[in-house]
Amino acid sequence: MKHDRREFIRKAGWTFIGSGLYINLFSVGSTLAGPGSCAPQNLFAFIVDTETCIGCGKCVAACRTENSVPADNFRTWVERYTILNNGSVEVDSPHGGELGFAPVSFNKTDIQKSFFVPKLCNHCRKPNCVQVCPVGATYVSPEGFVLVDEKRCIGCSYCMQACPYSARFMNPVTHVADKCTWCYHRIRQGKTAACVQVCPVGARLLGRVDDENGPVARLLKARRLQVLKPETGNEPMVFYIGLAKEVH
Amino acid sequence: MHEIVTSGFLFPNDLHAHWSVMIVLYPYITGLVAGAFIVSSLYHVFGIKELKPVARFSLVAAFAFLLFACTPLLFHLGHPERALNIMLTPKFTSAMSGFGYIYSFYLVIVLLEIWFVYRPEIIRRARETQGPLKALYWCLALGSLNDTEAALALDHKIIKVLAAIGIPAACILHGYVGFLFGSLKSNPWWSSPLMPVIFLLSAIVSGISILIISYWLVCRFTSLKLDTACLTVMFKYLWAFFILDVALEGLELLTHIYESHEEWHIVSRMLSERLGFSFYILQLGICSVIPLIVLGFVVLKKMPDTIRIRLGLICSALILVQVLAMRWNVIVGGQLFSKSLRGLTSYTPGILGREGLLIALVLFVMPFVVMYVFNLILPLFNKETETQQQ
Ligand code: SF4
Ligand code: SF4
Repeated sequence: MKHDRREFIRKAGWTFIGSGLYINLFSVGSTLAGPGSCAPQNLFAFIVDTETCIGCGKCVAACRTENSVPADNFRTWVERYTILNNGSVEVDSPHGGELGFAPVSFNKTDIQKSFFVPKLCNHCRKPNCVQVCPVGATYVSPEGFVLVDEKRCIGCSYCMQACPYSARFMNPVTHVADKCTWCYHRIRQGKTAACVQVCPVGARLLGRVDDENGPVARLLKARRLQVLKPETGNEPMVFYIGLAKEVH
Repeated sequence: MHEIVTSGFLFPNDLHAHWSVMIVLYPYITGLVAGAFIVSSLYHVFGIKELKPVARFSLVAAFAFLLFACTPLLFHLGHPERALNIMLTPKFTSAMSGFGYIYSFYLVIVLLEIWFVYRPEIIRRARETQGPLKALYWCLALGSLNDTEAALALDHKIIKVLAAIGIPAACILHGYVGFLFGSLKSNPWWSSPLMPVIFLLSAIVSGISILIISYWLVCRFTSLKLDTACLTVMFKYLWAFFILDVALEGLELLTHIYESHEEWHIVSRMLSERLGFSFYILQLGICSVIPLIVLGFVVLKKMPDTIRIRLGLICSALILVQVLAMRWNVIVGGQLFSKSLRGLTSYTPGILGREGLLIALVLFVMPFVVMYVFNLILPLFNKETETQQQ
């Protein structure tokens, strides 16, 4: 009897360890085989010129149409900063800037400067969102685009908590994480992103970093550019011209 | 739908809290597991004999809470049908991906321990009952009715080992839940290496408190005799752990205030404008100060047992509220300010709906239903003087 029980425990133990190992091997295997396993190269960069943006909001509208972005959610948006002579900073982004901006209500003489800052997913080189996704649904494409696999995402929202830029939202229709893809589908067709195409002043640029004669590579070389929240260590791939210190 | 109250500039995607009251409940229930298990281990591993009356109960309580620890997550997920992918296709860079494994491991440990602890009882019933009941107990005994002294001694050893493995497992389980939040560098209210330790300590105190209150309630409404010595020992441990818990929570806050990082201005605004009641008055005030002082008296001063018990019970209830408030303040609080660091939003849970308060309440009550059913099959408490060696 005693032996029976010992034997039973022993067998149960091995079964437990065995099935654990099986699941592990299986999962490690599938993780490696899944998307994002290719070494990302960050072949692309995005440049935003805050000195030329006029805050018309056409980019936000174009993005909504191109990517069927649900109302009240934003893959990209435009912020307006108004810095007053007394040092106070006023920021607004009504409807994500989609409808443009009404004139500011401050006295002109009180305003030191005012400018627009378009925002979007930074397709970070060290993306927090990819790090925290428990199922590998957020991954890096071979070209360095950070993407969400809608069929894998379990909708836990962990990535939304982890993105320092609040570039993500929970899609109320699909119930999965959603964010700017830099119009990956268009890039694959040789086009540029919808927001870049529609911007009337050329404040947005998306292009390859290794294309020596391309505008992006040239700007990366010629200009001193800033990124948002560099202290997070995310190493964003959206670079800003003329970013003010007041912008987070 | 409650109206969202905002002030200042929020990033447009920061209007809604992504994590609802379900994610408040999840660490709360997980914490009760860890706390209840620690109590049972104090008896089984550390030989604190006074805890014998609640040794079995605490183990089963840990199990019952564990069964429901994950359910709030299922109600929260956008795609609950894919939940198992966390274990099937995990990505190990994610803190969340380990949960399935840690959880299952722990469940197995607790189940095994319960089985060994109850084995003599199951065997006895398998022998004494007839018909379907006999079959049930025979199945529960897994067909092994060996209760010779040698076998029971072996059981006893195994229980000790399991309980000993269970302690670090419980600590990992709950410390890990704290790590889920503490490791997010994007959130200045969460990101802190102290977070796992604070979660662990608050888990322990909430677990002890819920055992104290449940034990007292059971004795009050059944014929079970209340063991004052047992309660007194639980008060002692409760006090000790609570001192550590509050000290760490205080230290963390102090560090935030003293360092006054760039983000602190918005976090402190959030605390005073949005969580004034639940943070300052409940968590730090009433529910910390009163139990700290009163439990001190309960433990150190001579007083009639009835008063000691009453005071201890009030403190336990306050501590349960304190820990719930702490979970709320951490999880909801961390989402009430925008990452623009310029604006605040609000969150009020709905009553009905998938992530509403009603479901939260049902999920919280379910473990007690499990304990009730368990008690119909196997007793949570020993009514007679015990002869079994556990
Ligand atoms: S900006 Fe946010 S969502 Fe985009 S890659 Fe970086 S961390 Fe991920
Ligand atoms: S919401 Fe989806 S993409 Fe984001 S962390 Fe969860 S599973 Fe990954």
